[in-house]
Amino acid sequence: MATLEIHDLHVSVEAEGGPREILRGVDLTVKQGETHAIMGPNGSGKSTLAYSLAGHPKYTITGGTVTLDGEDVLEMSVDERARAGVFLAMQYPVEVPGVSVSNFLRTSATAIRGEAPKLRTWVKEVKEAMQRLQIDPSFAERNVNEGFSGGEKKRHEILQLELLKPAIAILDETDSGLDVDALRVVSEGVNRVREAGEVGTLLITHYTRILRYIKPDQVHVFAAGRIAESGGPELADKLEAEGYEAYVKGGASE
Amino acid sequence: MAETIPAGSTTDGVIQVGQPTDARVSAPASYDVADFPVPHGREEEWRFTPLERLRGLHDGTAVADGGVKVEVTAPEGVTVETVGRDDARLGKAGKPVDRVAAQAYSSFEKASVVSVPKETVLTEPVRISVHGEGGTAFGHQLVELGAFAEAVVVIDHTGDATLAANVEYVLGDGAKLTVVSIQDWADTAVHTGQHTALVGRDASFKSVVVTFGGDLVRLHPRVVYGAPGGEAELYGLYFTDNGQHQEHRLFIDHDTPHCRSNVAYKGALQGKDAHAVWIGDVLIRAAAEGTETYELNRNLVLTDGARVDSVPNLEIETGEIVGAGHASATGRFEDEQLFYLMARGIPADEARRLVVRGFFAELVQQIGIPDLEERLIAKIEAELEASVG
Repeated sequence: MATLEIHDLHVSVEAEGGPREILRGVDLTVKQGETHAIMGPNGSGKSTLAYSLAGHPKYTITGGTVTLDGEDVLEMSVDERARAGVFLAMQYPVEVPGVSVSNFLRTSATAIRGEAPKLRTWVKEVKEAMQRLQIDPSFAERNVNEGFSGGEKKRHEILQLELLKPAIAILDETDSGLDVDALRVVSEGVNRVREAGEVGTLLITHYTRILRYIKPDQVHVFAAGRIAESGGPELADKLEAEGYEAYVKGGASE
Repeated sequence: MAETIPAGSTTDGVIQVGQPTDARVSAPASYDVADFPVPHGREEEWRFTPLERLRGLHDGTAVADGGVKVEVTAPEGVTVETVGRDDARLGKAGKPVDRVAAQAYSSFEKASVVSVPKETVLTEPVRISVHGEGGTAFGHQLVELGAFAEAVVVIDHTGDATLAANVEYVLGDGAKLTVVSIQDWADTAVHTGQHTALVGRDASFKSVVVTFGGDLVRLHPRVVYGAPGGEAELYGLYFTDNGQHQEHRLFIDHDTPHCRSNVAYKGALQGKDAHAVWIGDVLIRAAAEGTETYELNRNLVLTDGARVDSVPNLEIETGEIVGAGHASATGRFEDEQLFYLMARGIPADEARRLVVRGFFAELVQQIGIPDLEERLIAKIEAELEASVG
């Protein structure tokens, strides 16, 4: 049973005038089958947490530990983390000119699964997953994220989530910029993966809207680089009603 | 990071009207090297070239000592000859346009002439192997196709040499010629040359220039049309590594009505002081009504420290054309792209390979010679391995 354990995580970025600490001691445990929503105001460090877990080189870990089933995640390169089962659905997926979606998906699945998927079953698998996410089949031959709309990029991220079946899925503001229909399609994709019971989900969001579609087991409020409060789904209702003001006041030093 | 891609290397989809082509060179075209002043490096046509690495090809100090072996393998029906300087067929496609090309024309002793008689359609390629054995040489080759003949010619440059050699392609009416020139030199070679095609009435010329090796490679692919209805496709692919200078200077002279041209050159660069230069000059003269032309140059910079100069020039002297355009863009393989691919489990070297293979794939498919396509893909992979590993 996969467990991601984050303990006292401190992270800095290079800024003008020296390193600036963004995460200030994050503690969080995500187990397989669980869904944790991380909510917080802009600048609270939610995305930094997501990218630090995936290993983005911009972020420097200055303290704390992250383990996946006891293995030191922070020691792993970006691709090793992905192969160990950490998946980050990005808020702003980048364009990769010259690489078609179908080639990209197959190369990625081969890397993650440790062997090339059998061509016949793979083609069917991709086709069905694309259908479920209402992605036009022509996307397979387009270059990765090139000319995709915001919603298309997000659906493409969730397509990868469905195909790669990670142990830990980190969804970084997957809901931002989506209209209601797209939000529903994307949420259904996430729920299909969750219902298999094999993924631990870290759902990072600014808004409570997506929680109507994806029900979290726990809700954490992120403020000033750490978890300020944790609770059940009812905490999201409180945030919906009261906003983040109580957490921002005096909490943020930025 | 920004200084590795100089300003002016990315002009996208804009029609630039440059100075008249003839005004930008330091001397008119001529067969005689004495008609050209020794370049100093500030001339328009020399400003990107490190003259000190030309080993005297530009200033008359290079001395031929043989050392380059030329072998021609041709299928039945093709005439292969070695001829002297006075052979009347030589020099018809056009005059040398710079001092080094004129030096080659003034200095070669024997030329290879490959003739495909009219209406002969070859099913096998003609293969010309140019192998350097460390010496300095001047060469000249002529490939001529009679009316309605069809041929594929592959010129393979390997080994180490200091070589200045021109190639002429003369296409009779309705002839179809595909020529592939591969510069797979050792990393110490210096190679300059002018490749001029004279395209006959309704003839089709397709050129594929592939440059991987060499310390310095500087080529002038040029097209002129002898009669209306001609068509030229010029494809190029280069992979410029550490310290290499690879320069391709194209010129398409639309001086005849109803001709077409299409240019697509793509290059990848990696490593310190890798320098690629692409000049794409297209001139549509007043008489060339009904011209259709497009040229494209794309560069992919894989690492810091590489430099690209990409200069498209389109000059149009008549409005009565079908279409004319060009595009040039230089992109970097960005850290964010690498992160994205790695975040999907793909190791860094494979991620780079994926991007480069994708970048070249479309162009490689245009070549239309399957075994050559495979060889190029394998070579691209090998170039990547060499750098990544």
